[in-house]
Amino acid sequence: MADKHNKAIIEVKNIKKSFRIPLDKKSGIKQAVTSLLKPKKGFRDFVALNGVSFDIFEGEFFGIVGRNGSGKSTLLKMLAGVYTQDEGSINVKGSLTPFIELGVGFNPELSGKENVFLNGALLGFSHQEMEAMYNDIVDFAELHDFMEERLKNYSSGMQVRLAFSIAIRAQTDILLLDEVLAVGDMAFQKKCFDYFMQLKSEKRTVVLVTHDMSAVRQYCDRAIMIDSGKIVESGRVEKVAQRYQRLFSDGPSQPTDDTGSDEDGDRWGNRKMLAQHTKVKVTPSNIKVDVTYMANEALPAPVLGFNIYNSHGMNMLEGNTIRTKVKTKNLAKNEGLSISWEFPNTLAAGTYSLSVSCCDSSATEYYDWLNNAKEFTIEKDGNTAALIDPEIKVSKPKYKNGNQES
Amino acid sequence: MKLSNVFNRRNRILLRELVVTDFKLRYQGSVLGYLWSLLRPLLFFTILYVVFVRFLRFGEGVEHFAVSLLLGIVLWTFFVEATTQGMQAIVARGDLIRKIYFPKYIIIMSATVSALINLCFNMVVVLFFIFLNGVDLTATILLVPLNILQLYLLALAIATGLAVLFVKYRDISHLWEVFLQGLFYATPILYPISIVIDNTSETVAKILMLNPVAEIIQTTRYNAISHDTITTTSFIDNPFIASIPYIVTVGIAIWAVYLFKKQQRYFAENV
Repeated sequence: MADKHNKAIIEVKNIKKSFRIPLDKKSGIKQAVTSLLKPKKGFRDFVALNGVSFDIFEGEFFGIVGRNGSGKSTLLKMLAGVYTQDEGSINVKGSLTPFIELGVGFNPELSGKENVFLNGALLGFSHQEMEAMYNDIVDFAELHDFMEERLKNYSSGMQVRLAFSIAIRAQTDILLLDEVLAVGDMAFQKKCFDYFMQLKSEKRTVVLVTHDMSAVRQYCDRAIMIDSGKIVESGRVEKVAQRYQRLFSDGPSQPTDDTGSDEDGDRWGNRKMLAQHTKVKVTPSNIKVDVTYMANEALPAPVLGFNIYNSHGMNMLEGNTIRTKVKTKNLAKNEGLSISWEFPNTLAAGTYSLSVSCCDSSATEYYDWLNNAKEFTIEKDGNTAALIDPEIKVSKPKYKNGNQES
Repeated sequence: MKLSNVFNRRNRILLRELVVTDFKLRYQGSVLGYLWSLLRPLLFFTILYVVFVRFLRFGEGVEHFAVSLLLGIVLWTFFVEATTQGMQAIVARGDLIRKIYFPKYIIIMSATVSALINLCFNMVVVLFFIFLNGVDLTATILLVPLNILQLYLLALAIATGLAVLFVKYRDISHLWEVFLQGLFYATPILYPISIVIDNTSETVAKILMLNPVAEIIQTTRYNAISHDTITTTSFIDNPFIASIPYIVTVGIAIWAVYLFKKQQRYFAENV
């Protein structure tokens, strides 16, 4: 969560932005002249952002999510100063790395080395400064043998590694990142993760635009979701991430889904059926979850489910009646039902949050999704940095005679 | 756009790196590399020299006409390069403009500075020929850098204006190409202005001398090669009319800056 006492480093107030999309491509004088003679509207206005306001606080890892064409990249470009808003104001207090994308200005005809210097110049580093950090950049990118090669011979992963290695040299207060985590192998993603964690500890501010909800859950302190140029959800990462995922589960074909729903953030759905009581019982060997539901109207056989999130909002495990192949039957109005889930206690020590849900058989219509239905703590002997901590059976070490040939 | 910010540290770094990149890219993969920036105007000069000076006998009676022609071609080549590349710079660097914020005039500058560097190399060749031809050097040759500066500012102003228009109307590049062809013949580069005075009329010659490019080329020739060269100020007595080339230059600059300031924030969307 945001520390409210921190000062806002980026203030966005009610910005609006629309683009003129030419109806027929008007990029010549002939068209300009003919449209002068025949005055007709040769364009349509596309509203990319319509009254967006939010603050980003110092030291915050801030996520902006939304599907393609929702306006999130336009928003980032406006934060970077690439686009100018039609209305409203953006107030950035601090220096800002203007990278919307990694490897801007990379030229495929130049060598990796030459591109490092060009890219560095865009970040504001002189030739001498780049010279001084050149070896570190190459080390981080792990591209020692390729620096004299032309960039066009690089794989896309190699290009991103190089670009990322340069970008992290930027000593600005705010970093703007658009979809960077999507590329790179596991080892490189680990490096990105370490770097992000370092940024967090240095209290640098990062704005991340992505579709990747696991990245948002993993790194971000707070997030907003943009849809059709407006903020539709903001605040807690888990809430935003779920709202985003819901976009794809209800789909736009059922716009009435949300009518009458309870939008308090921790609970959503059309309330045709509600989760009423939940109970979590933790033993050293097992975890048992009991949920009771009540149907507010007659419904076809529902699908029931639950998720368990750790304190970072990561989805640790989930279960539902489809996956566990349990049949439910049609419900009458005011009919209740209860269900129990039981599974081995493999979670690592920590605090967890339970979400319970119910939806129709195709999972397109959500009746109820209740976040934080219960919070519970797992205590275990010994520490682990891993996400799960199952009981591990181990054999006694067996030793072989060193003289024997194996 | 404060003037003090125009050349702040970050912008200088960027300008330098863009110019260097431009140079590397332009001659990449060619055997002679940078030499081409010298060879091109020299080869052009050779053609014009053979056709117009040897066969058609242009410039007979004009002292050091060959060197004069070379100097004219070198300055003209710069003007063409700077305006054409400057005009296309914003569109050509659209990838940068769409993704990163930085002062956009840097791009136009880097394109024109590349041309300016070429001009400097070429001026070395011209100097070599000046010595070879036994031109009597006078102290006015020290003024040549000022003439080049004036030509650079004119080219930068035109490039800026055209670059803004080119973002919206791609026809501009074709129009400008034709315009340049016309201007080449309207400027006393491959013929001495005296031909026009003798064969047509003095008035026409005077009108031709009001063209800023003609004014600069003739003044440079005056300063570097021969004080017999007819310049705008020596040819036109009325000081107000004689200052028209300067007024035109300043006018273009004001128009270009106004247009650029008005439009630059939309480059990222339109490019």
